[in-house]
Amino acid sequence: MEIRSYPFPDPDDLGVNETYLRLQREEPVSRVRLPYGGEAWIATRYADVKTVMGDPRFVRAPVMDPDRDPPRTMPEVPGISTILSMDPPEHTRLRRILAKAFTARRTAQLRDRAQEIVNDLLDRMEDQGPPADLMDALAMPVAITLISEMLGVPNLDRAQFRAWSDAAVAITAFTVPEIEAAAASLRAYIRDLVEEKRKHPADDMLTVLVTAHDDEDRLSEEELVSFGVTLLIAGHETTGSEIGNFVYTLLARPDKLAEVRADPSLLPTAIEELLRHTKLSGAPAFPRFATVDVELSGVRIAAGEAVFVDGLVANRDPEVFENPDELNFHRPSIPHFAFGHGVHHCIGAPLARMELQVAIATLLKRFPNLRLAGDVAIKKGRLVRGPQTLPVRW
Amino acid sequence: MGKWSLEVDGGTCIGSGMCTAIAPEHFRLEGDTSVPIDPSVDPDDLVVDAAESCPVEAILVRAADGSVVAPQP
Ligand code: HEM
Ligand code: SF4
Repeated sequence: MEIRSYPFPDPDDLGVNETYLRLQREEPVSRVRLPYGGEAWIATRYADVKTVMGDPRFVRAPVMDPDRDPPRTMPEVPGISTILSMDPPEHTRLRRILAKAFTARRTAQLRDRAQEIVNDLLDRMEDQGPPADLMDALAMPVAITLISEMLGVPNLDRAQFRAWSDAAVAITAFTVPEIEAAAASLRAYIRDLVEEKRKHPADDMLTVLVTAHDDEDRLSEEELVSFGVTLLIAGHETTGSEIGNFVYTLLARPDKLAEVRADPSLLPTAIEELLRHTKLSGAPAFPRFATVDVELSGVRIAAGEAVFVDGLVANRDPEVFENPDELNFHRPSIPHFAFGHGVHHCIGAPLARMELQVAIATLLKRFPNLRLAGDVAIKKGRLVRGPQTLPVRW
Repeated sequence: MGKWSLEVDGGTCIGSGMCTAIAPEHFRLEGDTSVPIDPSVDPDDLVVDAAESCPVEAILVRAADGSVVAPQP
């Protein structure tokens, strides 16, 4: 069996590296060599990806085992556990603290605030006149503003925060010391905010986390800080990039843009299809580990072995999605894994969906002549991909 | 203690696979929708965890007297 090096390079566009698709057809469970920590399995078919993400026989925590050098795409072995590296029941304990703040019901209550933020940003963009960089004018600020308000981080220094966050989600785009320095700065920043919330509790998520630590002993100080950092980064980097990715895709595909302009009620389905189709993340940072021997597509994964899966590759499986490479806003159902699956299913999924809908619907409505005003380069070598800049005119 | 009843609102469930991973003895995915394996169960914290973690609050756990055990409002 050939052992390929992983991660496979990102293509220039938002598509999927051809090697993934060939493996999916010909060798659905295969061996890869990681830049750090040696070899692992990679599984590419929808059914296997679903098993690895959703079946309790696969776990995350061995990533944290100090005696282990786990196969991974990022240089640092995280010395500190985050919600993403935990398994039930510890994972459930952490997740339940904030689950209520992120339900579809609670998220719907934030829709008006999201609309206000979008309106303000688009007012400013219109005032300044064309051309504009939509990443800067709309995509990143909507996502940052909303998550920082929810967390209770007023007057976030956005430029500084963007720089840290950009480095913190790098795989190869920054050097190891740069990545580590950015991660350390983010933690110090959140630690200060936590102290602030101790003195001045407020009606926000950081205060909920502080209370869960100080009064209820439901999470450690380190977990508290990690959770804050994870939420701030996961809450804006992904959503902001996807707003940019989807607007870019629509502007580059006039036939698709015409469909949603002709029938705005199509937008929520179009967004699900764009979530399915867009290869947002370069590669998963960490694998899952089998706790017992498990068979995937006829290949035996031995207890303790590591398996990498990527929901965005599963999203291209022709067994589940007819003509998977085609962008089709009229699929009868779109059971994609863009938000993952199983216990780590994105806690912010309802929020992200709402933000995407409000931002894109409002943009299209207010700017009927919106068009690209230059070339668009998609970032590479990062966990999260998106346009470097998105120049538009109207 | 009496039995608890489990219900999943199939129209609301988004098939996240959260409950089926937290409490595999109690829920399984049929296609993209979670269904209780047995709608009547002995009280178990795991079903409360599942109902409280569901992102769309599609799981309803009731006590024998009909009162709601989870999710809390
Ligand atoms: C379009 C936007 C988004 C996408 C595509 C996305 C995608 C994902 C994916 C694929 C996972 C699972 C990762 C894994 O299994 O390793 C995840 C987890 C997570 N996401 Fe998102 N996400 C988005 C927006 C958000 C937002 C707005 C938040 C809000 C705070 C957020 C917070 C989180 C957190 C905390 C986790 C970890 C959950 C856990 O481990 O239990 N995400 N996200
Ligand atoms: S946790 Fe909720 S949404 Fe997810 S599968 Fe279970 S019932 Fe469905």
